[in-house]
Amino acid sequence: MSAGAVVMMVLAMLVLWGGLAAAVWNLTHRSKAPEEHYRRDL
Amino acid sequence: MTDATAAESHRGAFSSRKVFILAAVGSAVGLGNIWRFPYVAYENGGGAFVLPYLVALLTAGIPFLLLDYALGHRGRGSAPLSFARTDRRTEWIGWWQVGICFVIAVYYAAVIAWAVRYTGFSLGKVWGDAPEEFLFGSFLQAGDPGVSLDLVPGVLVPLALVWAAVLAVMVLGVQKGIGATAVVFIPVLVLAFGALVVRALFLPGAGAGLDALFSPDWAALGHASVWAAAFGQIFFSLSVGFGIMITYSSYVSRRTDMTGSGLVVGFANSGFELLAGIGVFAALGFMAQANGVPVDEVASDGLGLAFVAFPAIINEAPAGGLIGVLFFGSLVFAGVTSLVSVIEVVISAVRDKLELSRTAATVAVVLPSALVSLVFFGTTSGVYVLDIVDHFVNRYGILLVAVVSMLAVAWLARALRPLSDHLNLTGSVRVGRWWLVLVGALTPAALTVVLVRELATDLGTPYEGYPGWMLGTFGWGVAAAVVLAAVLATLVRWRPRTSLTPPGEDPAPDPTEVAS
Repeated sequence: MSAGAVVMMVLAMLVLWGGLAAAVWNLTHRSKAPEEHYRRDL
Repeated sequence: MTDATAAESHRGAFSSRKVFILAAVGSAVGLGNIWRFPYVAYENGGGAFVLPYLVALLTAGIPFLLLDYALGHRGRGSAPLSFARTDRRTEWIGWWQVGICFVIAVYYAAVIAWAVRYTGFSLGKVWGDAPEEFLFGSFLQAGDPGVSLDLVPGVLVPLALVWAAVLAVMVLGVQKGIGATAVVFIPVLVLAFGALVVRALFLPGAGAGLDALFSPDWAALGHASVWAAAFGQIFFSLSVGFGIMITYSSYVSRRTDMTGSGLVVGFANSGFELLAGIGVFAALGFMAQANGVPVDEVASDGLGLAFVAFPAIINEAPAGGLIGVLFFGSLVFAGVTSLVSVIEVVISAVRDKLELSRTAATVAVVLPSALVSLVFFGTTSGVYVLDIVDHFVNRYGILLVAVVSMLAVAWLARALRPLSDHLNLTGSVRVGRWWLVLVGALTPAALTVVLVRELATDLGTPYEGYPGWMLGTFGWGVAAAVVLAAVLATLVRWRPRTSLTPPGEDPAPDPTEVAS
């Protein structure tokens, strides 16, 4: 693989998979409403 | 228990935020993630495509996803009911989305049925040395383009089984059916496709495939077509704009963080697309090297990638049968979670309008859908009808209704402000003026550009050279019939017990919830 391709692949991984990790962290740590369980339709 | 909470309890709900997110990811991650994104990225600048793709995700995909969430979470109903509760004049848009989902469901099931058969074919490499001839000849028995009622048992039987599975899942309800399917299928999908990617990366030539996919062509960023492709890919991939996310968000607790959840769903969908791109192009690199040709001669997308190129790869790769099972199994898992979400839009709308029980509404929707699906796509002409309907309903159904819905909510109902206030009640990420601008102007403008470009192409050249009567009937005709059906459905009166005013904005604890 060329250096440019490697850089862009790593960049895409950092942005998209890093973005997913950051979004999950935000949801679990900064969310105003805690994860809840409720019994509808169970 | 208030009347509102009793009604919501009757509709069903996801048991937790995690289940909702898995179901939403299951809907968004579909066949397009696997067979469309890699080729779109390759064709539009390779590594440089990351930039417009990210811009499209952040300025159009996630903002539009949040609009759908806000409509459903605030309206607490199916797409037509949520639109009606936002503004009575927009109810028909919800029915338009329902009609589109019905059309998509009937042909999407056929592709899943093909993938089911190909999962088994992979073990014995049944297609031999000529996968394309096998696909259109022995398997689909396709003749010349036209309409035929000659049934193909090899397609008909798995298609009937797919619909039987869908019926069983949908009868079980929101949590036990849709939610449980997502909880099982999404981890299995990620594991299966992850294993496929690892296997593909160790094939000889994989590096050349990845080089082709990620080598940046910076000059491409100056082309409007590349930016249009990025917005189109994000839009088609995220399952926004045709009622699914409205319906699913009506099934979560009023206290759920919808903006935080939306970010997770948006990035999970795009993250899977990247994984798919790596796996697919690593495999295509192997195929190119095995045949002594450049990657651009083997790169393809859609049905050609899945049912022609991949069988050829399976033929030549070490442990090809395993690659086939993982690839086609992934298509089945990704397809089923998406199909379930599409058909739920129709079931939910019928339930709300006619106040039917879950079972009655499911039977009333799934059986006719299955019948239409079997008649049109279990025959020797199924592949042609599928190709035309898919092309036209994506562009002049999904894309058009998305633009219309955003403009109607923003400028006719003038509901963006109350919807943003609703998202901010419990959202961990606040939506402000930037969201109003994106959803009210920039995103519809970008999608309009995509739509106009597609329209110009279709008006200039008959799609794939099909006969005019076929394009008129299954293309333009189906797209127009859906709009007509939507208007007629809007004329049916809501039952007296159905309130068309938005439920209260108070996110107080729901009495049906269990203290955690």
